[in-house]
Amino acid sequence: MLSRRIIPCLDVRDGRVVKGVRFRDHIDVGDVVELARRYRDAGADELVFYDIGASPEGRSVSIDWVERIGRELDIPFCVAGGVRDVATARAVLQAGADKISINTPALERPALIDELSAAFGVQCVVVGIDSTREPDGEWRVRSHSGDPAAMRSPGRSTLAWMHEVQDRGAGEIVLNCIGSDGSCDGYDLAQLSAARALCRVPLVASGGAGRVEHFIDAFRHADVDAALAASVFHSGAIAIPDLKRDLNQAGIPVRLV
Amino acid sequence: MIALIDAGGANLGSVRNALERLGASVRIVRDAGELRDASATIVPGVGAAGPAMRLLRERGFTTVLRAMDRPMLGICLGMQLLFEASEEQDTECLGLLPGVVRPLPPSAGIRVPHIGWNELDVRCADPILAGVAPGARAYFVHGYAAPVTDACIATATHGTSFAAVVRRGSIWGTQFHPERSAAVGASILRNFLARANANREAA
Repeated sequence: MLSRRIIPCLDVRDGRVVKGVRFRDHIDVGDVVELARRYRDAGADELVFYDIGASPEGRSVSIDWVERIGRELDIPFCVAGGVRDVATARAVLQAGADKISINTPALERPALIDELSAAFGVQCVVVGIDSTREPDGEWRVRSHSGDPAAMRSPGRSTLAWMHEVQDRGAGEIVLNCIGSDGSCDGYDLAQLSAARALCRVPLVASGGAGRVEHFIDAFRHADVDAALAASVFHSGAIAIPDLKRDLNQAGIPVRLV
Repeated sequence: MIALIDAGGANLGSVRNALERLGASVRIVRDAGELRDASATIVPGVGAAGPAMRLLRERGFTTVLRAMDRPMLGICLGMQLLFEASEEQDTECLGLLPGVVRPLPPSAGIRVPHIGWNELDVRCADPILAGVAPGARAYFVHGYAAPVTDACIATATHGTSFAAVVRRGSIWGTQFHPERSAAVGASILRNFLARANANREAA
């Protein structure tokens, strides 16, 4: 049986891991390879490295730290941020990444999803969606969320966008619920369940994990394939071996190391 | 020297890194002539069957691989290419193993592509699986899968059962990515390298 995945997300700036709350106030938490190795040893199933400087600054992800991780790491990893064309994606994948995740560039030019899936197969193409519930009750996407000052509202419905990205060749979707991100109050189960209902490809929950029960809820009630979190892991509030033991006891299939 | 065939697969670098971590000397080859000095050959693969087979043909690999008498390992798409054909872009493959590669059928709760860590169900003992504990999990990323035939030595289940590890003579294949399967994957690659070394010493 396929296990549910636990994915620490590391925000990277200039080869260093940083963390922020609600996308703000980034502080340095360590060298990217050192942290990657530590999470691998703890039993992380996969890692996402998000180049937080790339998209807002309009530049591509730098390749050297991707290569450093690729030489060291023997679990899958995904690189997000700043991939806006096939050539950049190819360079990132050849540097050792297993997948590339696109967010703002896909909203700006949706055909990018088609191009990437045609070039590398859908399994390499992750679409990240930042989403929040607006006053009228609709969930709508946000772009340029790497920098709060630059964040924009393109006006797209989150669920309609999820539908479109799958048709264009997204092999996996990370739904980051901005309202719950950094809150540690739990994943946005209502939004994730609505997404799950129309998501044929693997769905990754993101934003809001604070306690072990939040992970259990996301797997049990929103039926997500993976749960992504950052601050609870970086702060040490939740240790991955403990989390996996508890998930296993709750009857959720996980990879125990 | 282990030859790593460049069939346009995006995981070329990861496989090279994994082999080098195990102390192997690796050469990425783009021409069939370069396979002469290799003690073993690996066909890694991420991508689609059609373009990969086209590339193998253009670079003269198909004939050499069909006649290969030294250890060979196909990974992911590389394993699928060992079969007769793939329904992915209706591609004729190498035909080293009987059977046709077909799309994984989606069903309730079964997401395709199959992405993640799944259990290996070992059907028969094999040197390449030495040290792999019962219930061990490996990392899969694929939308197409190969049938369970006599060549299948381990299966995995995602809705349906499919070939996770295959073997015929000195040809092996893994549907999952050993280079991304932590300690389980390292064991399998180490076992394959041991076969390659044994073969070289015998020769």
